[in-house]
Amino acid sequence: MPPPPPVPLVAYLTLSAILFVLGVAGFLIRKNLITMFMSIELMLNAVNLSFVSFSYHLKQTDGHLFTFFVMVVAAAEAAVGLAIILTVFKNRATLMVDEVDSLKL
Amino acid sequence: MPANFAFPTEAEYIRFLPETILILMGTLIMVLEGFAGDGHRKGTHKVALFGLFLAMAAACYAGSNPGPAFSDFLLVDGFGTFFRMLVLTVGILAVLCSPSYLSRERADSGEYYALILYSLVGQCILATANELIMVFIGLEISSIATYVLAGYLRDDKRNNESAIKYFLLGSFATAFLLYGVAWIYGLTGSTNLAVIRQYLQTSATADPALVGLAAGLMFVGFAFKVSAAPFQAWTPDVYQGAPAPVTAFMSAGPKAAAFAVFIRVYITAFDGIAETWLPVVWVSALATMVIGNFAALTQTNIKRVLAYSSIAHAGYVLVAVAAHSQIGTAAAMFYLASYVFMNIGAFALISHLSRQGERYVQVNDLAGLSQRQPVTAALFAIFLLSLIGVPLTGGFFGKFYIFKAALDSQLYWLTVLGLLNSAVAAYYYLRIIVVMYFHEPGHATESLEEPAAGIRVASLVAALAVVVLGVAPSLLLNVASRSSAIGR
Repeated sequence: MPPPPPVPLVAYLTLSAILFVLGVAGFLIRKNLITMFMSIELMLNAVNLSFVSFSYHLKQTDGHLFTFFVMVVAAAEAAVGLAIILTVFKNRATLMVDEVDSLKL
Repeated sequence: MPANFAFPTEAEYIRFLPETILILMGTLIMVLEGFAGDGHRKGTHKVALFGLFLAMAAACYAGSNPGPAFSDFLLVDGFGTFFRMLVLTVGILAVLCSPSYLSRERADSGEYYALILYSLVGQCILATANELIMVFIGLEISSIATYVLAGYLRDDKRNNESAIKYFLLGSFATAFLLYGVAWIYGLTGSTNLAVIRQYLQTSATADPALVGLAAGLMFVGFAFKVSAAPFQAWTPDVYQGAPAPVTAFMSAGPKAAAFAVFIRVYITAFDGIAETWLPVVWVSALATMVIGNFAALTQTNIKRVLAYSSIAHAGYVLVAVAAHSQIGTAAAMFYLASYVFMNIGAFALISHLSRQGERYVQVNDLAGLSQRQPVTAALFAIFLLSLIGVPLTGGFFGKFYIFKAALDSQLYWLTVLGLLNSAVAAYYYLRIIVVMYFHEPGHATESLEEPAAGIRVASLVAALAVVVLGVAPSLLLNVASRSSAIGR
């Protein structure tokens, strides 16, 4: 049996774009702070997929390395972000973004 | 391992010395904090100040031997050194006005200063980044530390809200920036600014529409960081909610560094496709000025007034970017330098005037300040006059050079609309001065203690800088013009 034809670059990029748009939509539509934060992580992972597929396509290793940088930064962001969400929850007993509004006019 | 791999030379380590010093001093503060008893936490800001001056000396030394470092990931040139010095100055002024505020809120601790130093590491990397991944990392180092600082008083509801808004919207915008970086990498095969520039100028293989789209995605990220329209909505809430010394810091340092990297990326890497992004910058500049100035007219909270004013000032700098010339870059550098001093000065005084728990942050709370504390009122008036752009202040020459650069690039409409905007802006700044000088003193300024030594020093230095820039602008403009030749 011959090996299956390789998956074209376009397919990966389309998947990545779909994931990114899902992340954007989730961030804009959802009102729960944790869900919004998860949407951002989804966007970052969509970008990672683009990086590795471009890197594979270009036959370079740079793109693979960049995903590690992105993962490390995303982990740092998660640590800080969840801590901030925790303090908000402690002070207001809510995770709904609409109820965090004491700074409006 | 690439074929041309070589271990970094000594000169390359020296070019990274300011960041190294900041990291070490930040960590040292954290370690000292562990050994200090509860009563001995008040000295850490001195360690931070020492580290900042050391980093400044290192930045000067690194700048005396310019060149690339670490496989062209960093490029230490005049432009980078200028912004390194600028953000380190911001750090010094912000550290000076913090101790009195923190002990008033009973929140003395070393990690505050460590976070400022770490944030400055990111900003120094941004100033010298020559590579899109370094841009991303620098931006995140600077931002993540600032997110924590914005919510520093963690039992304060306003601080929480400021931090969560800054964090969510900031990470959201950074994801756009990163997606743009991925596409630029895929289309050009590199993330090095000089290589991208060369590729876009010589090769016809990259689809200009796709490159433009990727540059647009990156613009979203940068526009957020410099609070340019239409991504400015977070600024008032975050600036209002954060502790006043932190607002002083983050309205100046991260903003100046983000502008530095924005200018460097777009003028170096995307110069070949300038006709696609210049109209976007033009529209954004105008929208930013209009939104900032008109929204500030109706504000009653002084931190919000200054937040909207800082949006408007980002618009003026974007006018200089839209001029797309070396004079424009020099004008942007000069403007950012004078903006940094007037803004930090104003927020330093607010952290003094707001009192415990930031109770007095309304414009009317300043009524009759000139009678209670003439020096404080006079200094505040100097900063406000400079923000208006009155002659003999740094703000005047900043605007003058920016609009001159815009005229040289035939941006007549933008110049006219920008000048009209600064006339509108005069109203809300003058209103504060009128309240301070011509209203009867109210209860808010009663029993107002004298400003702490740190705040006095910070505001005097900032006022001096504003006046010197207004009397002898050529001192700084010559430096800026010499260092503005990037990517050419």
